[in-house]
Amino acid sequence: MDNLILEGSNKTPAINFKADTGILEIAGKSIPENSFGFYQPLFAWIDNYVLNPVAKTEIKISLEYFNTSSSKCLLDILRKLEALKKSEKSDVSVSWYYESDDEDMMEAGQDYDSLVDLTFNIIKI
Amino acid sequence: MAQLDLYNIYLNMEKEDIILSFKGDITKELLSSVYQIVEARIESGNEDPKKKKKFFHVLVECLQNMYNHMETMQGMDNDLPENSGSGIFMIGKGEEGGYRIITGNFILTENAGILKERIDQINAMNPQELKAYYLEKLGSTELSDKGGAGLGIIDIARKSGNKIEYDFQYPSSKYSFFTLSATIN
Repeated sequence: MDNLILEGSNKTPAINFKADTGILEIAGKSIPENSFGFYQPLFAWIDNYVLNPVAKTEIKISLEYFNTSSSKCLLDILRKLEALKKSEKSDVSVSWYYESDDEDMMEAGQDYDSLVDLTFNIIKI
Repeated sequence: MAQLDLYNIYLNMEKEDIILSFKGDITKELLSSVYQIVEARIESGNEDPKKKKKFFHVLVECLQNMYNHMETMQGMDNDLPENSGSGIFMIGKGEEGGYRIITGNFILTENAGILKERIDQINAMNPQELKAYYLEKLGSTELSDKGGAGLGIIDIARKSGNKIEYDFQYPSSKYSFFTLSATIN
């Protein structure tokens, strides 16, 4: 299947989802007014990826800012990956990056860790 | 048109330490420009990076809350001025080096009661309760047709660390003017 690569903008993150390596990266800012419009192609890509995943899937999230409507979309992505892990077709882990002075972003990673059953690595940059 | 007393507006804004204000149509393009201006301005200041991030985060939520919930009024009400379907916001310096974000927009009066109740409920929560409530809402709600997740107000309270101040004015029976003010210390 095709990779999903999107350049970042001042309201939306850079996306680099690679089907052959199982590495899914989301980086930058995620503050669009219509988050669902932005995330819908990501959901569709993941729905397709989980049909034929590689043995190990890693999602790397390094966000500077995200708004509350993006927070909902991020949870939806993580829930799709949680279902993939449960299906035992791929071993899924989450790498959540935060800048050393950004405790709120660290806490956001811990929040997601508490909401989904996935292995989280919360990493200071 | 009568002479607009811009000097008085200037003096009031100066007194309130307003650094940016806007009144008019709130569009996505406008919000993009505001984020850019504010980011450039806070990048150049030598303030605590944590405070800058909190301020930007709360600013985005406040402006998007307004963008998502403001009523664009069709078939204008006789009691309201024409073109009231726009919003106003001001960004100011608060006390002790903090920031203040104030937004004002029209909402349907029939929605005012529930909004007031929600803010009062959130204002009554301590930080632990706010976090638990945020997580509960995040885990359970769907995005609304207005693009919001019902999390904005909770997040503004949580990130700002202060009570949300608000006011409702009732210029007509159908529409109310809603003012929200968030302070970041």
